[in-house]
Amino acid sequence: MMTALHTKQPQRIHPHKFTLWVAMGSIVMMFAGLTSAYIVKKNQSNWLAFELPKIFWVSTIVILLSSLTMHLATKAFKAREMSRYRTLITATAALGVTFLVMQYFGFMDLEGHGIALIGPKSNSSASFLFVITALHMLHVLGGVVALLVIFARAFRTQVKSYNSVPVEIAGIYWHFVDVLWIYLFIFYSWIG
Amino acid sequence: MSNEAVLHAHSDLAHGAHDDHHHEHHHHETFISKYVFSQDHKMIAKQFLITGMVWAILGGLMSVFFRLQLGYPESTFPWLEDILGKWAKGGRISDEAYYALVTTHGTVLVFFVLTAGLSGTFANFLIPLQIGARDMASPFMNMLSYWFFFAASIVMLSSMFVETGPFSGGWTAYPPLSALGDASKGSKTGMDLWLIAMALFVVSSLLGGLNYIATILNMRTKGMSMTRMPLTIWALFFTAVLGVLSFPVLFSGFILLIFDRNFGTSFYLSDIFITGVGALPNEGGSAILYQHLFWFLGHPEVYIILLPAMGMASEILSVNSRKPIFGYMAMVGSLFAIAILAFLVWAHHMFVTGLNPFLGSIFVLLTLLIAVPSAIKVFNWLTTLWRGNIRFTPGMLFAIGFVSLFISGGLTGIWLGNSALDIHLHDTYFVIAHFHIVMGVASMFGMFAGVYHWFPKMYGRYLNNSLAYIHFWVTLAGAYLIFWPMHYEGLAGMPRRYYDYSNWESFKQFLELNRFISTVAIIVFAVQLLFLFNFFYSIFKGRKVTTQNPWQSNTLEWTTPINPGHGNWPGEIPEVHRWAYDYGKDGHDFIPQTTPVGADESHH
Repeated sequence: MMTALHTKQPQRIHPHKFTLWVAMGSIVMMFAGLTSAYIVKKNQSNWLAFELPKIFWVSTIVILLSSLTMHLATKAFKAREMSRYRTLITATAALGVTFLVMQYFGFMDLEGHGIALIGPKSNSSASFLFVITALHMLHVLGGVVALLVIFARAFRTQVKSYNSVPVEIAGIYWHFVDVLWIYLFIFYSWIG
Repeated sequence: MSNEAVLHAHSDLAHGAHDDHHHEHHHHETFISKYVFSQDHKMIAKQFLITGMVWAILGGLMSVFFRLQLGYPESTFPWLEDILGKWAKGGRISDEAYYALVTTHGTVLVFFVLTAGLSGTFANFLIPLQIGARDMASPFMNMLSYWFFFAASIVMLSSMFVETGPFSGGWTAYPPLSALGDASKGSKTGMDLWLIAMALFVVSSLLGGLNYIATILNMRTKGMSMTRMPLTIWALFFTAVLGVLSFPVLFSGFILLIFDRNFGTSFYLSDIFITGVGALPNEGGSAILYQHLFWFLGHPEVYIILLPAMGMASEILSVNSRKPIFGYMAMVGSLFAIAILAFLVWAHHMFVTGLNPFLGSIFVLLTLLIAVPSAIKVFNWLTTLWRGNIRFTPGMLFAIGFVSLFISGGLTGIWLGNSALDIHLHDTYFVIAHFHIVMGVASMFGMFAGVYHWFPKMYGRYLNNSLAYIHFWVTLAGAYLIFWPMHYEGLAGMPRRYYDYSNWESFKQFLELNRFISTVAIIVFAVQLLFLFNFFYSIFKGRKVTTQNPWQSNTLEWTTPINPGHGNWPGEIPEVHRWAYDYGKDGHDFIPQTTPVGADESHH
């Protein structure tokens, strides 16, 4: 049925993939709202300036790496190199979890320097960093869950899936959260 | 077809490609899968509609309660205590209950009735039927969209039964009332539940909106180019785009609010002094920041409510005038212009917050620009009616009523869009009158028009016409009698949201007028119950539809069987050969979209 679809309408994007693109637009709006609020707030009084945790540089590299493994995993799936695909998808999920842990260490680092993220002593500059970053972490976590689902599918023996759409959808989303973090990182470091 | 691919995507995994068979029968449907956890867009539409009706009755009843207080501030109604208990001790609504009622009335009507009940119903019902699709791009997500709305409804409903009452700081939920549990009774558990309900509601809207956009852009039948789509679909498309781009911003505003409420951050809260609590430990927060985030959704939200009504009115006016819609491309263009401008005018809700006057002047200009596409639409509706062969069906009457209300309410929008006039008019009954007419009642009329027009397609039966005419005339006259006098009260400076005006020398004079408004409001509310009776009675006992196309309409939904199953068309999906508005062309009364263009046809 899918093959029939493609021969009839070669240019058309799969509706689920399209839905994902619209959803990503929606997520962009949420982060745009938050970073705009950040700028508005920064231009008012009582804004605490502080250094970003160094570990954010490392986590940026980790999430970039995970995008690379995700890209290779999609290629492997399409080439039907299933064992290579399984390894790469596992690596991607592991790098995703590593990223989350590093972000957490970044928060700990700030708290260790006496910069309260939340609570009555907090300044909204640190709270903004925490809320936006934590929200991004939730989106990465969602990506990890999606990877676990297609990971489980790859190990099924009774049912074989030749449909690459779910893998591609997970891949697009994964690259999206990667790009989103790069945006946030640049925003924190140079714009905000 | 891509439609088949989506309806049966899960079956692709096990067996390979098989094509060119069409499903007349579907998997065995149980009561649960057909009426409860249904993935059929038509059933989901009905679920949205009926849940919206329940909320409309609850929200309307709340307005009757607070109108009683405004119309009869000195009287007592012992039966109120029977219903509301401690909130109406001695038969008089307490001040706390009054604020809770106006807040919940606003939230419920704006979001649960006019967003979910209106666009949820008609986007679900009409998009697949009018573009020629078997269902939405993702029927499962569509089902989730309804159930998130249902969950939001339950949470919102439950907030009315907590000891400290529902949230009572206004439907906009401005901090500090919304951010501080100590600020008022309603700011405690009621506000927590309000936030949870609204978060669930945002999720529901996003799931629905994503689906509507994906369906319209990807699942149109052969020949259904974008410029052949009925205007309903264009309107629902822009509605979905507005929702998908603006609700996330509201959500980010809510996230910051949750942190201020529960985790001691200072996004919105500063070192203000609260009676009984003392000075807050927070520093440097800005309550205006919330207003920016809220109104960035809040203004597009107005058009989320209004655009579906505009689209349905366009379709119904054209069908029942037996004339093509006047200026189809201008209609699409003005919808597009409204959708763009909707994002650029939010600060006109904030003219008196200390906004920079220069910035204010830019927002005045952008706000007044909306008059241009709005006027284009109004003139096109009027020219569609002009010299038409008008059939005054109930749907048509409500569509004409929509145009009337949109003109009346739109004109006062030009007043309010001026930041200088706003110094006098802000937070008065003038604002109440304006937005109730242009957004509330007008969209309600669009919704009624849609229900009357598409009821035969929804249930295979007609609504009773006599009851419908009573419903229309009383509601139209009532809408003007309720809101017209409020303009005068507002111009005299009478502020909104006050519990009792009898202490003010300048507003005492309006007591009789308020009593009049309250009386009409009660009559109009009673007539809505008549509509509800008509609706539910006709589902089971209404006159049966015997022809496939009772309104002699061109659009695709009338090519389906009288009671379409899941999948809509038993055979192939019909192919489309023309736009939806070939009425009165070349001596034919109407030419359905599925009729191929003949060799002898005039300009096509």
